[in-house]
Amino acid sequence: MFKFILRRIALVIPTFIGVTLLAFALIHLIPGDPVENLSGERGMEPARRARLLHEFGLDKPLYAQYFDYMKQLLHGDLGTSLTTHEPVFREFLTLFPATVELSFFALLMAVCLGLPGGILAALKRNTVADYAVMGASLTGYSMPIFWWALLLILLFSVQLGWTPVAGRIAVQFDVPATTGFMLIDALRSGDPGAFKSALSHLVLPSIVLGTIPLAVIARMTRSSMLEVLREDYVRTARAKGLSPARVVMVHALRNALIPVITVIGLQVGLLMGGAILTETIFSWPGVGNWLVHGVQSRDYPVVQGGILLVATIVISVNLIVDLLYGVINPRIRHA
Amino acid sequence: MPETATIIDSAAEPVQPGPLKEIWLSLRQSRGALLGLGIIAALVFIALTANWIAPHPPFEQYRESTLMPPAWTAGGDERFLLGTDPVGRDILSRLLYGTRLSLLIGLISVSLSMSLGVMLGLVAGYFRGLTETIIMRLMDVMLALPSLLLAIAVVAILGPGLINAMYAIAITLLPHYVRLTRASAMAEAGKEYVASSRIAGAGTMRLMFITILPNCMAPLIVQATLGFSNAILDAAALGFLGLGAQPPTPEWGSMLADALEFIQRAPWVVTLPGLAILITVLAFNLLGDGLRDALDPKLKR
Repeated sequence: MFKFILRRIALVIPTFIGVTLLAFALIHLIPGDPVENLSGERGMEPARRARLLHEFGLDKPLYAQYFDYMKQLLHGDLGTSLTTHEPVFREFLTLFPATVELSFFALLMAVCLGLPGGILAALKRNTVADYAVMGASLTGYSMPIFWWALLLILLFSVQLGWTPVAGRIAVQFDVPATTGFMLIDALRSGDPGAFKSALSHLVLPSIVLGTIPLAVIARMTRSSMLEVLREDYVRTARAKGLSPARVVMVHALRNALIPVITVIGLQVGLLMGGAILTETIFSWPGVGNWLVHGVQSRDYPVVQGGILLVATIVISVNLIVDLLYGVINPRIRHA
Repeated sequence: MPETATIIDSAAEPVQPGPLKEIWLSLRQSRGALLGLGIIAALVFIALTANWIAPHPPFEQYRESTLMPPAWTAGGDERFLLGTDPVGRDILSRLLYGTRLSLLIGLISVSLSMSLGVMLGLVAGYFRGLTETIIMRLMDVMLALPSLLLAIAVVAILGPGLINAMYAIAITLLPHYVRLTRASAMAEAGKEYVASSRIAGAGTMRLMFITILPNCMAPLIVQATLGFSNAILDAAALGFLGLGAQPPTPEWGSMLADALEFIQRAPWVVTLPGLAILITVLAFNLLGDGLRDALDPKLKR
């Protein structure tokens, strides 16, 4: 097991180095350099430009610049935002909990609906229930989520007035950000109104962000369950006279879940991508929203640092899923 | 009459149906795939004939009739079947022209990505060793980024715009083709027909492209179909974020973004382009699913 873990971690290192190369290259591929950006419209005399280039270390050969960049990275220095003049890493840390909170509820909803949906479709194969679940999940899978978000806002916020349109909590609640997770912070503030407000702000964004993972999980659960239900041990369990519920929930489901868990783990990448759109629409102050603003305002340190951090998170989560998979399914360890 | 002829033929000498016919026969079993195929055929027709079937030019602004509701609702005008947008352009016409753009985005990004991806995948699967390691690590890096984020990064480098969005999407689709081609090229390269072709004196290029490649096509065709839906969805998302097609281009995602502030007063300016995206993406996914069932021997009934 220990060897397995080491081998998997060793495999991730080149990928991570590749991501740093990509982030490094990004800044150099973008037209213009930081000094040019500083000089603005009027330009700058060559002597001052040369001095600034030297100051930023931009006159060194590329490989030396990359080593400088890596040295900074290992010190946790991702540069400073051009618009807010805050360190990129600190900005990321304050915004990240919002994205985690949103993604957590999105995934929770996707799992809580997707698993039973998929199981139901598999058990009632080729019935109306199966077609309904599969049709809905195919539609969800094909959904342009930014449009889905607008439809939900039109219905629940504009027509019915049930949910707020944007943000994480109503303005009148001033909740001190201790953990960065609004629900926890609101709960700690002791004001039930604040908690309710935070919760109601979370509903629509979670549905929107969870839609595609929900569809993927339902489809995967169904096909994995169908495969398992054909196995001999399931027939044996039935023949022994076990109740159908026990056969499904204990014998079949446990084995069917193995590929589903991998798929759930892989949704993290999708969630980070979906968060970009969801956060933009709901003005959710998270990492996705921040990145889009970064691109729109040409705040390259933010784009560079953000891409690096998001990729790091996706790589780490995939690694953890991989390791967990080894724990659940010992055969993988020796593959 | 032709039917009986085939039956007699096959009775005399069992003929294997050609690969295309085989795909079609199993595709015909699936109602979903046929529905998808039908919608795609209709969309292609619309894209090709948009010039003639669109009631108005896509950029024509009817200043006296802005934000007209669809014709069947109160206050609608029969000149504008699906209503008009905030500057008085006919939404139906823009949607019809948008079909052309969306299909073109899918076609160009998928072809770009597939040709490059197949090449890299074949090279990796055929030569193995260091070349393979470098190519596959690079693909791992690309897969570590969510596709939309990778597309945004590419657009940040190239600048926003429809053409750059296509390049960006082609890049995000690339790893899938590389991995698929490599996996099936590796499986095929060890088979006897490849060895005998090599003994017969076939060169590397011939072995890669003429002997091995055709036998790797099945998963690639499925992936290409699904790639269409990804490309159309991501292009619309980029357009929506203002990083793809720029106004006044009648691209569905940017049409939606342009009209966002009028969503309460005129919901149709937002709902209709989104519906067009959903239907198109759904059609390609339906066809892709059907093709996968038809081409994947493991799932064959």
